[in-house]
Amino acid sequence: METPSGGRAGVRADFPIFTQNPGGRPLIYLDSAASSQKPEVVIEALAEHLRKHNANVHRGVYTLAQEADAAYEGARRRVAAFVGAQPETTIFTKNATEAINLVAYSWGRANLAAGDVVLITQMEHHANIVPWQVLCAERGAELRYLEVDEQGELSLAALDAELARGDVRLVAFAHVSNVLGTINPVAEMTARARAAGALTLVDGAQAVPQMGVDVEALGADFYAWTGHKALGPTGIGVLHGRRELLEDMQPFLTGGDMIASVDFQSATWNELPYKFEAGTPPIAEAVGLGAAVEYLAGLGMERVRAHERSLTAYMLERLAEVPGLRVVGPTTAQRRGGLASFTIEGIHPHDVAELVDRGGVCIRAGHHCAQPLMRCLGVGATARASVGVYNDRSDIDALIDALLSGREVFGL
Amino acid sequence: MDDLYRDYILDHYKRPRNFGELQPHDLEALEHNPLCGDELGVHILVKDDRIEDIRFHGHGCAISQASASIASEELKGMKLSEVGGLDADWMIDLLGIPVSATRRKCALLNLKVVRGAVTGDHSWPA
Repeated sequence: METPSGGRAGVRADFPIFTQNPGGRPLIYLDSAASSQKPEVVIEALAEHLRKHNANVHRGVYTLAQEADAAYEGARRRVAAFVGAQPETTIFTKNATEAINLVAYSWGRANLAAGDVVLITQMEHHANIVPWQVLCAERGAELRYLEVDEQGELSLAALDAELARGDVRLVAFAHVSNVLGTINPVAEMTARARAAGALTLVDGAQAVPQMGVDVEALGADFYAWTGHKALGPTGIGVLHGRRELLEDMQPFLTGGDMIASVDFQSATWNELPYKFEAGTPPIAEAVGLGAAVEYLAGLGMERVRAHERSLTAYMLERLAEVPGLRVVGPTTAQRRGGLASFTIEGIHPHDVAELVDRGGVCIRAGHHCAQPLMRCLGVGATARASVGVYNDRSDIDALIDALLSGREVFGL
Repeated sequence: MDDLYRDYILDHYKRPRNFGELQPHDLEALEHNPLCGDELGVHILVKDDRIEDIRFHGHGCAISQASASIASEELKGMKLSEVGGLDADWMIDLLGIPVSATRRKCALLNLKVVRGAVTGDHSWPA
């Protein structure tokens, strides 16, 4: 992490892409909210599994298949423990989007009727909007939104008012906003929902990579996140669910592995978590994710959060030096995750991203899969810089230099 | 000088030609760039089967705004029957800068809108 002098104390050296970047120039990677880079231990764990322990899981009698089983289930135990969850209620999916769809299809279709309400917020990623739109349209239910205020935050009083109407069955919201960076008060929100008889689903895709998460303590009925933003591979997501709910739910996808027995006309379901893992699962990806959370646990999530908070504070401070730049979302690093979305007067966000790329700086520009939020903010798009464990202040300095040069190109 | 953001590109971006509303108009269309959610609309006035006047409206990046502005000057006076034949190369050549694969849709959005308004073909120009 960052030393008092602002230098790197080894973490960046754990990530091969920073020394093997084929572009031939230093990589200034400020797009971790989209996808994180991978440490050597994750790349090695994936390769080692494929080299030495590769076989299908769950039915093989031979030794190699047992090794694959042990690797896959060992990864599940590590991943569950990392966020304070139980292995049996930790389901591997393709990504966070599939995890949310699983709940929308399996819980939603069986439990939502006309007159019921799914309450989400204006700051959601499309992954936590569209599944509920489709579900509500199918069930004749209503989709309502909690407003985001001018500071980019939700109001607990507004949540109370919505819940008091008595028709909310599910509240689904992001733990950390991928656009605003806002850290939402998850435990307070789940407690209020529970008291009103509503279930909760938390989209933790941005939270798990950068802060200690304890799904039991947060009190969410469902908690979804993804591997590739948390230093792991793509192709694997995670859903944690409350046991009684998962046991009552019908499977989402059906096929091999998720059955107990299959007759000509019917089948019975396997036990948790396998009931929700149809087909050959992402075995090597799970092993890679297991190595990723072990690496993060080794750094210590308190330190990871402290590092990202300090970098974000520095980023907000330095962004303020750029003329015409406006940051959206909470104004202090204390209440935001490791990212800043911004606009620059006179330069479209796409051009901002293109201009800073000339300085080797990778940032994202666009609607960040949150078009309803963009409408609330009154912008078509923003540029977004986000940090990870491997960043330090020199990356932020490079961004600022690139932004200032970009303004010159545009004659500003 | 910058390869992409050449002076005439920035000039068209900052002072786009033929931008605004055109009332009344005979043809119109509105399209979105899926990459960023930017939108671009067009109003066209037709006389004797030609584009008598044209106005774009909406918001976008320098590449999409400059493309629309530059294209508008070429489109004014063009026969409607010629519009359907305009392809991606026509626009990219007209723009005169190297457009990367990711910015291609920014450059082609205006042609998509115009073809949509004139021919009803809402596909991306190939």
